[in-house]
Amino acid sequence: MMVAWTIYISFLGALALLLMPKGNAAAARIVALLTALAGFALALAAFCTHRSGEMLTVTRVPWIPSLGIEYHLAADGISLTLVLLTGVIAVAGILFSWNVALRTQEFFAFYLLLIGAVYGVFLSYDLFLLFVFYEIVIIPKYFLIAIWGSTRREYGAMKLALYSFVGSAMVLIGLIAAFVVSGAKSMALGDLAGYAFPAHFQMWAFPLVFVGFGILAGLWPFHTWAPTGHVAAPTAASMLLAGVVMKLGAYGCLRVAMTLFPLGLNSWGFHVLGLGSWRDVFAVLAVIGIVYGAMVALVQRDFKFVIGYSSVSHMGFILLGLMTLNQIGLSGAVLQMVSHGILAGLMFAVVGRMVYERTHTRDLKILSGFNLNHAIPFAAVVFVIAGMGSMGLPGLSGFVAEMMIVIGAWRAFPLLAVCVGVGIVVGVAYIWRAMQKAFFAEPEMVLETHEPLAAISIPEKLGAMILIAASVAVGLYPQMLLRVIVPALNSPLFEGLRKGNWQ
Amino acid sequence: MSAFHNALFQLALPEIILAVAALAVLSVDLLVLRTRAIRVRAAVATALASGGCALAMVRIFFAAHSANVMDGMLLATPLIQLVQVALLLMAILTLYVAVDSTFSEHVGEFILIVLLATAGMMFMVASHNVLVIFVSLELVSLALYVMTGFDKRSPRSAEAALKYFLFGGMSAGFLLYGFSLLYGLSNSTNLSQIALAVQGRPLNPLLIIALVTTVIGFGFKVAAAPLHFWAPDAYEGAPLPAAAFIASSSKIASFFTFYTVMTLGFAGVEGVAWPHGSAGWVPMLALVAAASMILGNVAALAQSSVRRLLAYSAVGHAGYMLLAIVSHSQTSLAALIYYVITYALTTLGAFAAVGVVQEATGGDQLNDFDGLSRRSPVLSACLFIFLLSLAGIPPLAGFFGKFYLFFSALQSAPRPLGLIWLVALAIAMSAVSLYYYLQVLKRVYVTPPAADAQKICVPWLRMAVVVSLAAATLLLGAAPHILLRWILLAGVQ
Repeated sequence: MMVAWTIYISFLGALALLLMPKGNAAAARIVALLTALAGFALALAAFCTHRSGEMLTVTRVPWIPSLGIEYHLAADGISLTLVLLTGVIAVAGILFSWNVALRTQEFFAFYLLLIGAVYGVFLSYDLFLLFVFYEIVIIPKYFLIAIWGSTRREYGAMKLALYSFVGSAMVLIGLIAAFVVSGAKSMALGDLAGYAFPAHFQMWAFPLVFVGFGILAGLWPFHTWAPTGHVAAPTAASMLLAGVVMKLGAYGCLRVAMTLFPLGLNSWGFHVLGLGSWRDVFAVLAVIGIVYGAMVALVQRDFKFVIGYSSVSHMGFILLGLMTLNQIGLSGAVLQMVSHGILAGLMFAVVGRMVYERTHTRDLKILSGFNLNHAIPFAAVVFVIAGMGSMGLPGLSGFVAEMMIVIGAWRAFPLLAVCVGVGIVVGVAYIWRAMQKAFFAEPEMVLETHEPLAAISIPEKLGAMILIAASVAVGLYPQMLLRVIVPALNSPLFEGLRKGNWQ
Repeated sequence: MSAFHNALFQLALPEIILAVAALAVLSVDLLVLRTRAIRVRAAVATALASGGCALAMVRIFFAAHSANVMDGMLLATPLIQLVQVALLLMAILTLYVAVDSTFSEHVGEFILIVLLATAGMMFMVASHNVLVIFVSLELVSLALYVMTGFDKRSPRSAEAALKYFLFGGMSAGFLLYGFSLLYGLSNSTNLSQIALAVQGRPLNPLLIIALVTTVIGFGFKVAAAPLHFWAPDAYEGAPLPAAAFIASSSKIASFFTFYTVMTLGFAGVEGVAWPHGSAGWVPMLALVAAASMILGNVAALAQSSVRRLLAYSAVGHAGYMLLAIVSHSQTSLAALIYYVITYALTTLGAFAAVGVVQEATGGDQLNDFDGLSRRSPVLSACLFIFLLSLAGIPPLAGFFGKFYLFFSALQSAPRPLGLIWLVALAIAMSAVSLYYYLQVLKRVYVTPPAADAQKICVPWLRMAVVVSLAAATLLLGAAPHILLRWILLAGVQ
C-alpha cells in the first residue's frame, strides 16, 4: 500500500528543504505545500480504498531480529481516519504559515519532520516503532515553538518538551515491562494485545501507560503544558499541536494502554472516595478536565488562552469517550479526535494568523477596539462557524461527536453525564464571550488611531475553506468516517476490551 | 617452552604492533622531522600511528578467535577481540580529532601516549588475572594523567592532571589492597579461582572489604558517584583530544573489565538488590548506580561550561551502564557493550564539535554556542545528533542503547521486573537530562548569534571525523542490528 509513503515523503521534503540553497523563501513554501499535498493525496487515496476498517499490513520487514522487533506498518479504520486528519491539518497549517519570513526553510523542515513522525505514529503496528515515532515528535515541536513562537516561547517550548518526554518515559517503562513479561518475543501490537498479562501487572501497567499517553492528550491535572504551549507556539504549530499532536496521546491511550491492559480497567474490589476502578478515576478526571477547561476559558483575557483551554475541555470529551467502554462512546471519541483536530486548527488559525498577526495583540479588551467584524469580516465569519462547531451545533462535526460521547457516558456514568452537560453550557458561554469581545464589540470603544488592517490573503481563505469543508462534511455525513471506525473497534485487537467491561 | 612463548607472542601481537608503532612515531618525530612545521609532524605521526592501529586490527581479524595463555593471564575470545577492535577504532578517531590541535609542540610524545594507553586497555580487557588487570590499568591511568596535563601552558590543565593523579593514585591503592585480600583469600590471582574460593560461604569481613575496595577502584575509573570528583575538572581542563579520549576509550575498557571482574571474580556472592535484598555486591552497585544517575543528571543542570556539563552527564551515563553490571546476564553484557561503544562514539563526536567551537570562540561556556546554527550549519547538525543521542531520543544510537539496557535489566534479575525501581529511576533521570541537552541546543538553534560573529571555518579533516561520527550515531540508532549482530555472535560462542 502506498500510505507508508506519507511518512517517507514528509521526511524527504524536510531533507530537501534543508539542502536547498538558502534565502529562497518562496520556493521553500512551494516545496512544503507540495509535500503536504502529496501526503494528503496518499492519505485520501488510502482512506477511500479501505473498505471494511480491518487491520491491513502496509510494510513488514525484520528490523532487530534478535529482539523480534519489526519495521511493521499497518492501518485500520481508526488509524486511517487520523492519517487523513493529519493530511488535512498539514496542508492547512502550511497555508496559514505562508507569511513566515524568519528562517523559512528551517521552519518548514521542522514542520514536515513533525508531520512525518505523526503519520508514523498512526501507522505503526510494532510498538517499538510507534514509540520511536512518538519521541521523534518531541524535538521539532520544541524548536518550532522556541524559534518561531511568541509569548514566553522558550518557557512554553521547554515545558511542552519535558511534559511530553516524561509522558513518553512512563510509556517506555510500561512497554518494556510488557515486552519482558510477555517473553520478549515480539513487540507487535497484536501479539502483545493477545498475550494474557497477569491481572495484578495490568493493574499498575495500565494507569502508567494511560497517564503517560494522557499527558499529551491534555488529561487533567497534567494538562498545564497545553495552554502555555499553544499560546507560545506559532500559528501552524498551535494548529498541529491541538490538531494532531494531542490526538497522538489519545490514540496511544486507546491503541496501546487499553488494548494491551484491558484488565486494568476492571474493578479494584474496593472503593476510595466512591471510585472503584481506574476507569472511574480517569472518567472523573476527564469530566473535571471538561468543566475546568471550560470555566478557565471563560475568564481569560488572552484570546489564544481561551482556545488553549477550550482544547483541554474538548480533549476531556475524548478521554471520557474512551472510558465509556461502549461502542457509541468509543466511536464518538474517535470522531471527536477528528472534529476537535479540525475545529481547534481553525480557531487557532483565526486567532494566531488572521487576528494576531494583523493587530499584534491578543488581549480581548484591546481587540474589542479594532472593530474586527468590519475590518476583517472573513475572520469573523470563520470564527463564528468554528465557534458553532465547538459549541456543538448540528451540521458541524462537533455535534455528532459530542452527542455520541454523551450518550455513551449516559449509559456508563449517568451522574458524570450530567456534569458534562454543565461543561457544554459553559462551553457555549466562553465561545460567545470571546466572539462578542473580539469581533462584535460596542462601537463606542473603537480605537481612534490605527492603520487599516491588511486584507485576508488567498492562502488564508483557502486554508479556512478546507477546514470548514472538512468539518461540515463530517458533521453532515459522519457515516463517512464511522463506516471504517466501527468495524475497527469490533476487530480482534479490541477483543480484550469487549470481553471485559464492554456495555 | 618455546611453544608457550610462541603462543604468548601470537596473542600479544596486536599490542606489540601498537608498541612498535608508538616507538616508530616517536623516533621519526624526534630524529627525522624535528625541524619541520608542526602540521607536517602531526600529519606524519598521525598517519604512522593510525597505520599501526589499523595493522593491529587486521591482526585481530586474522588471529585465532579463542586462546588462553597461562590460565587466564591473557585471553582471546570473540567478545574480547570485538572490544579490542572498538578500542583501536576509538584510538584512530581520537588521533584524527587531535591532528589539527595546537596545544603542544610535542606531537610525537602525545601520540605515543595515546598508543600506549590503548595497548594498556587492550591488555586490560584481555586478562582474567587480577595482577595483569592491575598492571595494565596502571599503564592506562599513568598515560591518562600525562595526557590530562599535556597542555603545559595552561594552569587548568595542570590542576586537572594533579587532581586526577591524586584521586587516581588513591583509588589504585584501594584496588590493589582489595586484590591483595582476594589473593590472600584464594591463594590465586585468577578470577575463576578467586570465585571458587569466595563463593558458597557466608560473607566474611575480609571479603566485604575486598568487594568495597574493588568497587571503589573501578568506580573511580568509570566516574561513578561518589567517586566522580576528578571528572569535571579533567573533562574541562585537559586538552580536548585527551578529554575526548578519557571520556570515550577509557570508558569502554573500564566498563568491560569492571563487568568481567565482578561477574567472574565475585560469582556466587552477588546478593540480590532491593526490595528482596540479600547482601552481596549487587545491592552495593545498585546504590552506586542510583547515586550516579541522580547526582550526575541533577548536577549537570547547573553547569554553564559545556565540557563540565558533558562530564556530569558522563556520571549519569555511568549510572545507566552500571545497571548492566547489576543485572549481570548475557543479555545485559551485550547491552553494556552496545551502550558503551555507541556512547564512546557519540561522546567523542560531541567533544570534537565542542572543540571546534572552543577554538573559534575561545571558550566552552553556553553563550559561546549562541547562534551556532547560523555560523556553521553542518557542525550544528552534528552536535544536534550527538546531544540528542546522549539524551536518548530515537532514532539515534543512544535510544536503542538505553532501550536494550533497560530491557536486559528488567529481564534478567533473579525474578523478572525485580529491578523496575532502578529502571524507572533511570528513565526518569533521562527525562531530566533532556533539559540540559536542550539548553545547549537552544543556544545553538534558537539564540541569535552575537553581532560580530563570523562563519566558523572548520578544518576539513576534523569536519570529516565529526560528520562520520554523526552518521554512525544515526546509522547505529536506525539499524542497531549492524552492531548488535556482531556482539551477539561474539557473545554466543
